[in-house]
Amino acid sequence: MSLLLASLVLFALLRLLPGDPANALLGVGADADQIAAARQQVGSDLPLWQQFIRFITSLARFDLGTSFVSQAPVGEEILARLTVTVPLTLLAFALAIILAVPLGIIAAVKSHKWYGGLISVFSQLGIAIPVFWVGILLVTAFAINLRLFPSGGFPRQGWGNPAEALRDLTLPVLTVATVMASSLVRYVRSATQDVLGSDYLRTARALGSSFTEALLRHGVRNGSVPIISILGIELASTFLGAVVVERVFTLPGLGSMLLLGISQRDYPNVQGVLFVSTLLVLFIGFFADLAQRLIDPRLRDRSRGAAS
Amino acid sequence: MTTIELDRPAPRAAISWTFVVGMTLVGIHAAIALLTLVWTPYDPSSTAGGRLEAPSLLHWAGTDRLGRDLFTQIMIGSRIALQVGIGAVGIGAAIGVTIGVLAAFATRLLDDALAAAFDILIAFPTLLLAMLVVAASDTASLWSAILALGIALSAIVGRLTRILAKRVLQMDFITAARTSGTSWPRIVVIHVLPNIWPTLMVNFALQFGLAAIAEASLSYLGLGAPPPNASWGRLLQEAQGTVYTAPFGAIAPGLALLVLVIGINLFADGLRDVGDPTRRRSR
Repeated sequence: MSLLLASLVLFALLRLLPGDPANALLGVGADADQIAAARQQVGSDLPLWQQFIRFITSLARFDLGTSFVSQAPVGEEILARLTVTVPLTLLAFALAIILAVPLGIIAAVKSHKWYGGLISVFSQLGIAIPVFWVGILLVTAFAINLRLFPSGGFPRQGWGNPAEALRDLTLPVLTVATVMASSLVRYVRSATQDVLGSDYLRTARALGSSFTEALLRHGVRNGSVPIISILGIELASTFLGAVVVERVFTLPGLGSMLLLGISQRDYPNVQGVLFVSTLLVLFIGFFADLAQRLIDPRLRDRSRGAAS
Repeated sequence: MTTIELDRPAPRAAISWTFVVGMTLVGIHAAIALLTLVWTPYDPSSTAGGRLEAPSLLHWAGTDRLGRDLFTQIMIGSRIALQVGIGAVGIGAAIGVTIGVLAAFATRLLDDALAAAFDILIAFPTLLLAMLVVAASDTASLWSAILALGIALSAIVGRLTRILAKRVLQMDFITAARTSGTSWPRIVVIHVLPNIWPTLMVNFALQFGLAAIAEASLSYLGLGAPPPNASWGRLLQEAQGTVYTAPFGAIAPGLALLVLVIGINLFADGLRDVGDPTRRRSR
């Protein structure tokens, strides 16, 4: 249902783009007959509601249409580009969690120590800078001064050469992970602070658990529930926000396909990318919800109660 | 004994250091932005300097690939960033607060529909929405960027306003006002807005920072204000091409943006402490 609603919103947004897509097919000097033929070919001569019906029915058949500009099937192009964007997002996501969870807990537990404060300061810095600047700085440091990694690009044969592909993805992953970890640290820190002030932790301590034991056994499970919904949002927005990183490192991912599609008024491409992104965002939200229920039995009970 | 307690002056709202530092950093940017209206160290379009010079006494931040003074451009970037921030947050606030308050007062069905619309819009990152709005306007200009960001931010403001307003509407004094026959526009003006204002202000400040970052990203992608508007994002994008020979050009505009956003975040933090008595007491 929400998918149908989302596709309606997408469709409406895209029709707001000015300029007839037929013009994108032709050069500047096309005459009226050619334009009419082109309009018929892309279907932009039909009334809006018929265009929408066409759009929805072809979506139901997993047919995302063909690009106006390159005439290639949009679905295939998206699949090819997902092989860049998905590994990039997931690797960065994993790295960000590995970095942020321990750092956030340390920042909360040791907030009076200098390193606890330092972590907080760094996360403040991290959320105050745009992703692309982190990318440029990393390029300056690691690609130009140290010459460790390439400053951009991706092997033409994709993952045919995994070592090279990974090498090309290193800096982009680091870039995204830095920014993501900075905001995650703040959430983990405040979730930990809530745990530290909780009654159940005090009870566990009173019953003789050591501090670390109490934190690991009771704190992590309780504290992770709000974090998971944040993680879902972060993952989704990183996925959609890949546009910028892919531009910095000239990666042939989903984001650069979107940017190109917008500048070329290539509706099927833009439409397809946004549709697939929306699908993924909804999926991520669904799984975040599921994970929360697995961890917190109270959420399960509540929804069962509401259903009956 | 109680008289002693009463004689003690009421504790004044403590102004935290974050507020002062934040104010100062934003103030510096504001002063520079105003200064560029009347004076800049060099003519921004003058290409008199050498190309890609390193920072020196003559050119504090060096020069770009056309020989223009970078410090001048960064100063103008301040003005653009503040213009975009104020404009976008202003538009976002106007649309968001209006729709949010209306949703809080509306019938169940309309309220649910608006809430769902907010949720869908928020699922898309601000930048992506702004990209689509920019693409929808015929010519890229400073105003299309401001409008795009404003519309993208309005969903966030609207959602927050709706939640806050609904919370206020459950209070007893609202019931009292309603039973005594106060019209709903009047309830909005004298009860709802004053109560949700402090929280909204903090949120606006944070959105200002978001808008500044998003504008830089838009310009970086080539969807922001076109030249001669020296947006920090565009400066960085241009400098990225020459980062091998002149790395400083790729650093300075970013630093300017960093200072502005940190300043705003600190300011928002301080504002929250002033506006929220429970937090103030705990300090």
